[in-house]
Amino acid sequence: MNLNWQFIIDSLPLYRQAAWATLKLGFWGILISLVIGLICSIALYLKLKGLKTIVKIYIELSRNTPLLIQLFFLYFGLTKLGITLSENTCAIIGLSFLGGSYMAEAFRSGLEAVSRSQIESGLSIGLSQAQLVRYVIFPQAFSVSMPSVAANCIFLLKETSIVGAIAVVDLMNVTKDLIGMYYQTFESLLMLVAAYLIIILPLSMLLTWLERRVRYAEFGN
Amino acid sequence: MEWIGVLIVNKKDSRVLLEIKNLYKKYGETTVLDNINLSISKGEVIVILGPSGCGKSTLLRCLNGLEKIQGGDIIFRDKSLVNGDVNWQEVRQQIGMVFQNYELFPHMTVIENIILGPVKVQKRDKKEVMEQARQLLDRVGLLDRENSYPRQLSGGQKQRVAIVRALCMNPEIMLFDEVTAALDPEMVREVLDVMLGLAKQGMTMIVVTHELSFARAVADRIVFIDKGRICEITEPREFFTKPKTERARHFLNRFQY
Ligand SMILES: Nc1ncnc2c1ncn2[C@@H]1O[C@H](COP(=O)(O)OP(=O)(O)OP(=O)(O)O)[C@@H](O)[C@H]1O
Ligand SMILES: [Mg+2]
Repeated sequence: MNLNWQFIIDSLPLYRQAAWATLKLGFWGILISLVIGLICSIALYLKLKGLKTIVKIYIELSRNTPLLIQLFFLYFGLTKLGITLSENTCAIIGLSFLGGSYMAEAFRSGLEAVSRSQIESGLSIGLSQAQLVRYVIFPQAFSVSMPSVAANCIFLLKETSIVGAIAVVDLMNVTKDLIGMYYQTFESLLMLVAAYLIIILPLSMLLTWLERRVRYAEFGN
Repeated sequence: MEWIGVLIVNKKDSRVLLEIKNLYKKYGETTVLDNINLSISKGEVIVILGPSGCGKSTLLRCLNGLEKIQGGDIIFRDKSLVNGDVNWQEVRQQIGMVFQNYELFPHMTVIENIILGPVKVQKRDKKEVMEQARQLLDRVGLLDRENSYPRQLSGGQKQRVAIVRALCMNPEIMLFDEVTAALDPEMVREVLDVMLGLAKQGMTMIVVTHELSFARAVADRIVFIDKGRICEITEPREFFTKPKTERARHFLNRFQY
């Protein structure tokens, strides 16, 4: 098979630009998801009245509706209500709305894995609540959550491929445009796959390394 | 041989350190501790014996505020731990506790486990604490393991570290809840030796154990509990040779083959 190298070289700048867009989207999406997830998991863990119910409803809503529909709602639906958000804002909100609930579950399972007896052990040496959280609960919870958090990061980066549906210039959209204009289907798709690999592979490796570093928890006590 | 008992009592400071008065503890409707009265003098070693589920652990946990009580009072160093404002963070620094399953923090090294309380809670100078921690580790024969993680230690070693962790807070009294129950038989001795050493140095201790010969060797008084009540408080030689109550006799019989 002959590849059209000229085409590939010519479209490189477009892909580079789109890859940046995807990366930025993914970065903000993941970051905000982590924040939402942390807040929600703490609300669930501490059984904060009121907040707990809201969090539960949010998690169900977020996990049981497709991202594409969430995005359409944000982008087209809200416009009808007079709220117009830019494509990028919508994309980031959409991604965070989805990711927040996944991260919340990941953190919650980590928090719940910290045994009552470990907490009592911390109390017995006189730690305050804040010290207990900082020196005992968080480090242990984090180590348990880490694999799911890592998986969620990769998952969210992959989900960025869907946000092209609301006309954000990301990798997916650039590819569709190029195919539509020049019919270089194979080359375009090849570059799409390569671009995602280049983004996700290093992240994946970084996360695996991180996971190993915090994995003492599974050895028990 | 009555004078032995007298001698032991005299050796101790007669000042009462901890007094439990009419203590009641319930879980829901079930009473698990029923009118407990006990006072412990400075330097005294109390061993609590009793069948499984009689409330031994619960009693220890009430003493450092891990359980709320439903009636009675606990007086520690002339202050109530029940009525009025109780600063448990303050109290727990003076009441060390060692658990059956060690409960070291798995994400910290041995030395980090030991200095966490003294440095973060007591705000003591880190260098001074490290020095004390090393001295204590040396005493229990684990100086070379200060940078190990708990998972790299045997059960007996973990338990000795847990004892050091509690000791490094310079507590007034130490509570031991079946600290050898989870250990392989060949490791029980190394932990009991450490506790015996502590007792000889005059540490005030309340020990829950099923190691009867150890109880006999270490105790100043044996407290026998059954079904949440204290059945008898006796000097050890007497408890093991002629217990006052039928229940205690029954309990002791089960340990004989
Ligand atoms: N959290 C709890 N909720 C309800 N009941 C409890 C709870 N913890 C303990 N109990 C009950 O209280 C009683 C006393 O328990 P405790 O653990 O103090 O006994 P123990 O003397 O330490 O026994 P063992 O020798 O088996 O350790 C038991 O009947 C137990 O079932
Ligand atoms: Mg017990």
